[in-house]
Amino acid sequence: MQDSSRRGFMGKAFGAVAAVGALGSLVAMKSSWDPLPSVKEAGFTTLDMSIYEEGVMVTEKWRGKPIFVLKKSASTMEKEKGNAAAEARNIKVGDSNFMVAIGLCTHLGCIPAFRADSNDFKCACHGGEFTASGLVQKVPPPRGFDIPPFKIEGNKLVLGEVGPEFKKMKDTGITL
Amino acid sequence: MAHFTKATSVKDWLNQRLAVDKVEKVMASEYWIPKNINFLWAMGMVLLITFSLLLCSGIFLLMYYVPTVEGAFYSVNYTIMREVGFGWLWRHIHGVAASVVFLIMYIHMFTGIYYGSYKKGREMIWLSGMLLFIAFSTEAFSGYMLPWGQMSYWAGMVITNLFAGGSLHADGLVEWIRGDYVPAQAFLGRFFMLHVVLVPVAILGLIGLHFAALRIPHVNNQDGEEIDFEAESKKYLAGDKAGSKVMRFANDFLSKDMMVVGIYLLFFFYLVFYNYGFAMDPVNFDPADGLKTPAHIYPEWYFLWSYEILRPFPIDTGLVLFGLAQGIFVALPFLDRSPNAVPASRRGLFKIWFWAMLCNMILLTSMGKLPPEGIFSQIGLVSAILFVVLWVLLPIITTFEKKL
Repeated sequence: MQDSSRRGFMGKAFGAVAAVGALGSLVAMKSSWDPLPSVKEAGFTTLDMSIYEEGVMVTEKWRGKPIFVLKKSASTMEKEKGNAAAEARNIKVGDSNFMVAIGLCTHLGCIPAFRADSNDFKCACHGGEFTASGLVQKVPPPRGFDIPPFKIEGNKLVLGEVGPEFKKMKDTGITL
Repeated sequence: MAHFTKATSVKDWLNQRLAVDKVEKVMASEYWIPKNINFLWAMGMVLLITFSLLLCSGIFLLMYYVPTVEGAFYSVNYTIMREVGFGWLWRHIHGVAASVVFLIMYIHMFTGIYYGSYKKGREMIWLSGMLLFIAFSTEAFSGYMLPWGQMSYWAGMVITNLFAGGSLHADGLVEWIRGDYVPAQAFLGRFFMLHVVLVPVAILGLIGLHFAALRIPHVNNQDGEEIDFEAESKKYLAGDKAGSKVMRFANDFLSKDMMVVGIYLLFFFYLVFYNYGFAMDPVNFDPADGLKTPAHIYPEWYFLWSYEILRPFPIDTGLVLFGLAQGIFVALPFLDRSPNAVPASRRGLFKIWFWAMLCNMILLTSMGKLPPEGIFSQIGLVSAILFVVLWVLLPIITTFEKKL
């Protein structure tokens, strides 16, 4: 009965107007919470890879996140030999080999500390550990360090741009 | 239109327009409370008073707080603490109350669980109470961000990362929540808004709902006795105050309520003046630094039990169990299959369940504070598993509980 009455029609008409309005305002509200364009544009960092010393872990900054840069020594390279997972993560710039990764624990995002004597990383928050190649040594972290998008340009590494080496890592599932 | 006559007094003038006498009766003098209760029934009023303290102290803090990543730390630790007259008092009241309000909420909750006050028509009281608990948790977390110290920043980082959903890698969602790749200005701004507007407004509404949910089923009593409030209140009004099982909310019950509140306030202000340190983490007195994690990141004590359920497992299992722990108390009225609304002491296995749950929560809380190493990891793991097992057991043991 009510469906065919004028009141029923008015109810439906209002419902339709309100639904469009509600949907529109949801779109606006969602967009208001998106990262601002200025935040997105500031997302590139260039590193000069010739300045690093072997076995010294340096923390750089990209998109507000710490980036671990570790120039691997010959003995570390020797240890990695045969470990396919570790070798696939190696970044070669010129003649030097690097571990470059986002320095956040893949568990919940704390910054693991580098332990120079044992040449590995330990996260204080939940006890996760990573090797010098960035692989998980002790859970809870679900995977090794994420590798930031990078592009090799001579002796320089541009973070935020996708080069062929990074694309290969991403396609083979070495990093996210 | 209603007919108005010339008022004989101010009260009569108000009565004609607002029915103040009627409102007073409905809300206070003829709102009936059972006599058979104890001091634990005063926790609701204690919570209301604590919330008022949070609101008042918050208003004063709000006048000087600056919600920017450059200015926040300074405005709290210099302007409010050193320049504003009695600014330290508002901050210490706010910090202590934020911590103590959870202690009282847990006592309030476990009182309800012990006496079966979530059953037989009182389900809405429990559900609205749990919504309040969630709202207060959001309020506590968002407020913790505002001083923008090291713990603010890293707690913000860790908690927002939970929304990536482990293996789901919903990094876009996390960036959307933060408005940046890491917690920064956009993040601080929106949590400031949540803390001072949206969540407090929701809390006010939920308190209204919580009180409204009490009206029809009335307050429970120490024996879970079903009282005929209609008949008992008539007896009271007819003059048989001693024989009636109920009393007026005001001033009868309220006078005892406020006695408990008085004792509580002495304890509360002792903490504010002499022992506020527990509510002020020393790590948060270092300004936020996105490139330096504190040695141990732990939440405030009231979140430790659920944090400890997250911690010992691989990320996905941990997240699922953490989500379960956060939500499971809401389902209590439906998981408890027994119709007995009496104290746990008379409910056989449920009595053991109650004390096991309470002790286990305390154990989880203590383990959550300790670094995740060695024997503590093991105890935490067992304790977390026990938490899940207890909830699985609840419907089973209550189904077979003898009807009283």
